[in-house]
Amino acid sequence: MAEKDRVLVLIPAFNEEERIGTVIEEVKKYLPEGEVVVINDGSADRTADVIIKAGAKVINLPFNLGVGSALQTGYKFAIKEGYDYVIQLDADGQHVPSFLPVFLEKIRRTKSDLVIGSRFLSPGPYAGSRVRRIGIIFFARLTSFLIRQRLTDPLSGYRAMKRAVVELCSRDAYTFDYPDADFLLALHRQRFKIEEIPVTMNPRKGGQSQHRGLGPIFYIFKIMLSILVNLLRKNERSAHGD
Amino acid sequence: MAIKLKLLSLLVSFGMMFGIIELVRRRKLKEEYSFLWLITGFFLLILTLRFDLLTRITQALGVVSSLNTLFFFGLIFVILLCLHYSLKVSQLTVEMKILAQKIALLEAEINSNIKNDAVCPIPFKG
Repeated sequence: MAEKDRVLVLIPAFNEEERIGTVIEEVKKYLPEGEVVVINDGSADRTADVIIKAGAKVINLPFNLGVGSALQTGYKFAIKEGYDYVIQLDADGQHVPSFLPVFLEKIRRTKSDLVIGSRFLSPGPYAGSRVRRIGIIFFARLTSFLIRQRLTDPLSGYRAMKRAVVELCSRDAYTFDYPDADFLLALHRQRFKIEEIPVTMNPRKGGQSQHRGLGPIFYIFKIMLSILVNLLRKNERSAHGD
Repeated sequence: MAIKLKLLSLLVSFGMMFGIIELVRRRKLKEEYSFLWLITGFFLLILTLRFDLLTRITQALGVVSSLNTLFFFGLIFVILLCLHYSLKVSQLTVEMKILAQKIALLEAEINSNIKNDAVCPIPFKG
């Protein structure tokens, strides 16, 4: 790793006392040079205590804001503290930390601004429910159409990004309830380069899903509306890519 | 318009306007939220005193009954009010999010500084 590069491993967590300790341990094992920060999104259990005991930094939100705003808190922290790269993964153990060095290598060595870990580029134990798979395929095709680039797993929360992407995502005008197809479209319109790498993912164990409280139909409606208004907005291009 | 109905309507119109002003005076209602209510109360008052205006509006719109005209505009008012509240709630949601994030980041910074000085941290109690 270049001497001056600083890497933040960002983990949003909501009621993940059972798994977060193990996740932090594995992250430190596979990416010792990364600094682990967990955004405790208003957990009611001992998530914060487990994070501190595992030796990671915790940022406690005073109440639950949802995964999008929790991640944005982490982005704001990353910009403030001067990190060059941010790698984010889930706190529930679905994302396999052994891929962290692969993410870092890819984001450092290539021109890609955002690297997404796709569970569908390689065979793995993740199966997911049929409904969920249909949803993922739908959004994958929609996103691929919108950004004119084939993506297989736009819903994957296992991602690495360069500082420029982090800076954009830290702006309050770019808050997304969940960084999804609309988020990728926004990045594409800002001319950021997006790439996928194959990863394996585990089935979810314990904790509470970040998607809780959102019925699938309402969720799809929100994403579609977000995409529509994104396309209708004037594309105020940042200095990146000009 | 029948006298009793006219009196009742006047009572409601004045009552609404004075009630809203009193709520603003007691700081229970902000001025910006009282605007629509006061305008409605004022129009109710005008229509009560000049019922022929309601009749003329009803005829101009091609509505069968003056009561239907009143209901129609009442519905428009409620829709506008709900839209106003939705806009306000959206704004407050964003502001709340920004505030919560700032608090979390500040608390983390304080705890980090305190930790370096080996003093007990300040936990956030929501």
